Parts: sequence; structure tokens; C-alpha cells
Amino acid sequence: MEQKHETLLEIHDLSVSFRMYDGALEQKELQVISDLHLTVRPGEIVAVAGSSGSGKSLLASAILGILPANATVRGHLHYKGRELTKELQTQLRGSEIALVPQSVAYLDPLMKVGKQADGHKKPRPTERRRSLFRRFSLPEKTENLYPFQLSGGMARRVLVSTALITEAELVIADEPTPGMSLDQALEALQMFREMADAGKAVILITHDIDLAFEFADRVAVFYAGTTVESAPAADFRNGPDALRHPYSKALWHALPQNSFRPIEGFQPYAGDLPQGCLFAPRCRYATEECRAKIPPVREIRGGEVRCFHAT
Amino acid sequence: MKGTAGRLIRTFLFHGIKIVSLLLAVSIIAFVLVSASPIDPVQQYILGLGTAISPEQRAEIEAYWGVNEPPVERYLSWLSELLRGNWGESALYRRPVADIIGERFANSLALMLCAWLLSGVIGFALGCVMGVFRDRWPDSILKKLCYLLSSVPTFWLGLLFLLIFSVWLGWFPIGFSAPIGVAQGSVTLGQRLHHLALPAITLSLMSFANIALHTRQKLIDVLNSEYVLFARARGEGTWTVLRRHGLRNVLLPAVTLQFASFAELFGGSVLAENVFSYPGLGSAVAAAGLNSDVPLLLGVTLFSALFVCVGNMIANLLYGLVDPQIREVGK
Repeated sequence: MEQKHETLLEIHDLSVSFRMYDGALEQKELQVISDLHLTVRPGEIVAVAGSSGSGKSLLASAILGILPANATVRGHLHYKGRELTKELQTQLRGSEIALVPQSVAYLDPLMKVGKQADGHKKPRPTERRRSLFRRFSLPEKTENLYPFQLSGGMARRVLVSTALITEAELVIADEPTPGMSLDQALEALQMFREMADAGKAVILITHDIDLAFEFADRVAVFYAGTTVESAPAADFRNGPDALRHPYSKALWHALPQNSFRPIEGFQPYAGDLPQGCLFAPRCRYATEECRAKIPPVREIRGGEVRCFHAT
Repeated sequence: MKGTAGRLIRTFLFHGIKIVSLLLAVSIIAFVLVSASPIDPVQQYILGLGTAISPEQRAEIEAYWGVNEPPVERYLSWLSELLRGNWGESALYRRPVADIIGERFANSLALMLCAWLLSGVIGFALGCVMGVFRDRWPDSILKKLCYLLSSVPTFWLGLLFLLIFSVWLGWFPIGFSAPIGVAQGSVTLGQRLHHLALPAITLSLMSFANIALHTRQKLIDVLNSEYVLFARARGEGTWTVLRRHGLRNVLLPAVTLQFASFAELFGGSVLAENVFSYPGLGSAVAAAGLNSDVPLLLGVTLFSALFVCVGNMIANLLYGLVDPQIREVGK
């Protein structure tokens, strides 16, 4: 059903690398995202799941164009069919694309919450912000508090309201649930669900895989800076047989309620990526082909997977 | 706000007690040092009289001054006089020490205030420029300038300025706080400022590098912070970020640092005033030291300690007043 919609954001072959100094004068390129692909359609929540260091948060910065100066971005980013250039990013930031950051550290410690949530744009959307605060049951006096006076749950609701004020079409929520109680996490995710149902699109960056499976429409699994599999969330609920990539299956098995069994080895570091498939060194199905070439993206059973052997 | 006022009063009392005990300690150390020094105050007094006196008269003066009493008794009598407002009489100027300090301090205050404002404003502005253009050419040039200025001695810079601006170019007077040969009452404000300019600039150049480098680092920290990243994600440009978040977060530490720099300021003014023959407290302390004027030396020592302590106290109080993270907790 979702396939009928136009795509809102389309990313393929995205690579992000950083110029680093290795020793005194030697410069080297550190590739942190390689050949990543992701498609987001209006009205859906796409969960981006993966362990720390898989490039999840950098993807958000790459979409918004706020990577540090020493980063290089290659590949194709399209927003509503238009190439996402630096100019377009500048134009869309904070108006059509909004970020919900991870923690209260993303709020200016010396600025009152109300003024901060309003943002810098004139005229200030104070009335709209007040009604949002009311909807999130934030007390009236919250707008006169400083960030350090907020509880974790209040901070989360303030951060989410900064995105809702903008009427953005695409909301990127970066790890919105850690540090929250289960109730608060469910509440936050429910808000994203409502946004998606209202026709917006949400990218939910998370490593809280369980919650992602529940609330997302599709899940993209990241590994070492690339998308290994992108599939309907239902497949993740149905179990390993419905999944395609060996890493996704391993991820499913590693969950506490399943067999709670981790796989051997570690995710490779950005400076030390293997040739060929990035997962090959840890994969029990790996063949010569996997170690020599990066597998292309294939469509299998309504999902996309980057594996030679997936069926 | 009641909580804030109560906390401020508590802080004020706490610092007041600290300052009084510190001044007591300074007075004891200064007294001990002067007692242990080879300076003979009686000899200095007699020299100042300009006439020869007999050994009997000398003994009379010694007995009158209590020179041969135990040091603890001498200290206590000096301290009790001090507390009653009698700071003694300067052997050099033949006038009460309190009068000299008051008069000289007024001159020094004008000089230090100008230098202080100048270094604060210039330092902060340059620090912001360096922070915004970090690691690009405006930053690297200004940074080198700051390192250069903070390693150059004040008196040498003062001499250089005198040579260039007063001797060669003739823009500024060679010294003093007013034109020579003009009655005290008829000196205009313009003339005073004209005499003040060069020493004030010299003095400010000594301390502005400090505040500029501090502001630069602080601004870089702010610009690399997560809240600035989020501000940019919400569409704020460089200038909006600087105005909305940069100044707010950088100004506070800069202002407190500036208040805490009274010690360097006073130390610098001693050198600058001597180079420019400026009649302030700094040149008075140098003259008192060189001419073994014990009452003046002790008086200025105590007074300058008080001055520095007050600066530090203002810095502490200001932080509690301006930083919401400290202020709001007290509520």
C-alpha cells in the first residue's frame, strides 16, 4: 500500500568520510558511511537500527548538511525528487526537515526553554508552541525554565515540540528513547506515529530494536556504515525466517526474548574496513565472492538486501 | 527572588570574612618582612629632616616611636592605629599615608579603569573574531599577535610607545597626568585624557591577549557544542548562532575573568606608571620601596591587597547573579 506513495527522501550510494591526521603530517580518509541506501515515503516511520558506530547519527547530519568541515559526502540524496544540494539543505533545515536531538545537551544551557523552542524565525510561533506544550502536558511555567531544570521526560517533550512547531514534512528523531521510562518511550513513539499518520515521514534512529519493530513501518538495518537490509517491520516481528540478511537474523537472535545469543566478532572500525561485503568476516555463509566484491542491493520478498546469498 | 537575595548576602558575608582574614595575614607578613629588612625607619626619618641631630635626640625619637619594643607589641599598636584610621605619615612626602593613597588611587583608578575597559572590549571582540574564523588566516594572525603581546614586558612596550608616539610622532605627551606649568585647578578633562591615553593603551595591551585567547577558546567550545549543532539543524546561520548562543555563553566567563584580573592590572600599573612618570599608586609604591618609606609601603601593600580581593569578590558575586545555573538553584 505504501509503495504507491511518492518517495519523500531517497538516498543511494551515500558515502561519508572524514579527513583525519594520522601522526604529525600524514592525512588519511576515514570512511564512516559507505554505499548506504535508504528510502522514506510520506506517512511512514522508518526505523534505522544498528549498533553504536554503525553511522546512524551521521546519517542525520548528512541529510541536514551539518557535518563538520572535514567531512566529504559522495552519492545521491534526493528530496521530493530534487537533488539535495547544500543550498537546498540550507533552505529546508528547520522548515521542512526537522531534527529531534538525543538529549537535553542539545539545548542552550543559558536560554529559557520557551524562547528556545520558539526558534530564531520571526514572527515567533509562541501561541503555537504554547498549545503544543499544553498538549504534551508541560506545565505553563516550563517556558521560563532553563534546560538544566527540566526532568528527562520534560526535556524529551520539549525537544519533540521543537520539531512539531516547524510543520516539517520529514522528522529525523535521533535516539529519542534512551533514558526514558517505558511509559515515556511509548508516549514519545506514539507522537511520532501520530505525525506519520498525519502524512509526515519520520526517520527513527534507534538501537532500541524492540520498540522500533512495534512502531515503525519499515526497518533499515545498518552495519559498519551501510544498509544491509531494509524490510517491513512485520518481518522483524515474524522472526528470522522472514528476514533476508544474515546480520538481521543474528540481530533477531541476539534479543533477550529470543535466544539471547550474540554472534562472534566485532563490527569493523571505520579505518579498517574489509574488502567486499562488510559483514563477510563474521558471516558463516561467506564465500570467496563475498570477500572479493561488495554485493549489490537486491529486492527479495518486498525488502531490499545487500547479500549474494539471501533468498 | 528572596532566595537569590539571601544567597547573595550569604556569599557576601562569606567573602567579607575571607577578605578580612586575608588582609590580617597580609599585614602580618608585610610587617614581618619590613622588620626583618635592613631598613632603619629612624635613620630615614632623620635623613628626611635634613639637619644633623645628636645621639641623645636620636634616642629620644627611638623611645617615642617604640623602636626597641618587642615586634608583637609594635605590630599590635600599628594595627590598632590603622583600625582607628591613622595610617601613619609618609617619610618621603611628609603627609599622612591615607591622604597620599586616596589621591594617588584616584589617578590610578582612572588609568586602570580605562585600560580595563579597553582590554575587555578589544579582547572580547578579537576573541570572537578568532573563534569564528578558527584555524583560518584572521585567527592565525591574531593568535600570533596575542602570544607576542602576552610575552612582551609592559615596561619595554611602554618605552617603545613613548619613543614612537611621543618622541617621534609627538602625538602624546612624554609623561605625567597633566601639562607641566599648569595650575591643578585649570587642567581640562581633555588634557587629562590626553595624558592618560598612552599609559592606558600600554596597560591594556598587556592584559587583552589573555581575555582574547580565553574568549577564542570558549567560543570554539561553544561552536562545537551539541546545542549549536542543533541550532544549525534548525536553520540558524553563523551570525544567528553567534548572536543567539555564542555571545550569551561566552560573555559570562569573559566578564568574570576580567574582574578576576585586578591583580595583573595592578601589577602592570606599577610598571606602566613608572615608565610614563604617571603619579598613581603604582609609582608611589615604587618610590616608597626605593626610598625606604615604611609607612607608605605598608599602607599601599594593604590597600592593593584589598583592591585585588574586591575584584575577585565581584567576579564571584557576578557569576552567581548572572549564571542561571547557579542563580536558579538557590530558588
